[in-house]
Amino acid sequence: MNERRLPPVTALGMLSLSLIVAAVIYMSAHLPEHVPLGPAVALLAVSALVLAGTVLALAKTEGFAWQRFIEVGRWALLAYAFIAGMIEYVFLRNNTSGATLVVLTCCLLVFALTVPVLIAFTVARYD
Amino acid sequence: MAQAVVSTHGHAGEAGPPAGMERPDFQIVPRAGLPIVAVVMVILVAVIAINETWSLTFMHVAAGAAWTIIDLFLGFVLGPIMGSLSIPARVEFTTKLMPKMVLIMPTVVTVTLAAGWQLSTHLGTNLTSFDLHGWVVASFIVVGVMAVIALGLLEPANIAVLTELKKPQPNPEVIERLMKRFIYAAGATGLMQVATLIIMTKLAAG
Repeated sequence: MNERRLPPVTALGMLSLSLIVAAVIYMSAHLPEHVPLGPAVALLAVSALVLAGTVLALAKTEGFAWQRFIEVGRWALLAYAFIAGMIEYVFLRNNTSGATLVVLTCCLLVFALTVPVLIAFTVARYD
Repeated sequence: MAQAVVSTHGHAGEAGPPAGMERPDFQIVPRAGLPIVAVVMVILVAVIAINETWSLTFMHVAAGAAWTIIDLFLGFVLGPIMGSLSIPARVEFTTKLMPKMVLIMPTVVTVTLAAGWQLSTHLGTNLTSFDLHGWVVASFIVVGVMAVIALGLLEPANIAVLTELKKPQPNPEVIERLMKRFIYAAGATGLMQVATLIIMTKLAAG
């Protein structure tokens, strides 16, 4: 099978996803009580950086099937934004607020971006 | 699932679909199922808003049971059966089963998690003072690992296989590679579901 040299998007995306899931688990283990936010913010920041780095590395790849990537990615983004919204709703329903809510929302945002990137990349790499 | 398709039928770049590989017409995301998903989500929002023990328990247990059973059944029963089917039968089965999984799995997972968190908050089992809080956190970790495997490997492979099968000339090597990933990921989440069963029965027994 002829394959282009592509950055390790799946591995990096899995790393980003693992970090963001770890952040949400950490916060969920404390909620609804006070959450010390330091570890969650650190996990969020590293996850977001890994995701941004992954997308930047992919953006520099010549000949990548961006049309297919965007076509698949936008529908996956819609689906996972909805799922993230449902999770956000449950936390809002239980009076999560302030800095905890901000960090949680950012975590869900990164989650809702990471999964579509992984899906769209897996489809587009074989296009 | 698709290994035999690859091993017996040509390579990338060959003209036309592999011999004997009939590709039934299918939708990657079955549009007929979207209204059902929408209804389930509306019910979920209502149940969470009402915050009543029975309805939350029903949503969490029904969706959680579906999630566990589907993972175990797919990983350990359907997988081996599909491996023994003829190639056209495998392709036909794949194009009928996997689009449904694209809708079913995210729906049951979302319902299980959202109703479960609300139920936990309602019952106070997510408080650090709860006797079995360690088990509750263990369930978060198990679900987290399953989520990473399912969302990072299984779901992308599922969508990519269906997209490949939609092409006029599907590449058997691509399908083989993606199906291997799908089967290993399904097996791993199936094993993790055993841990979920242990934790959930422990929490129910107290």
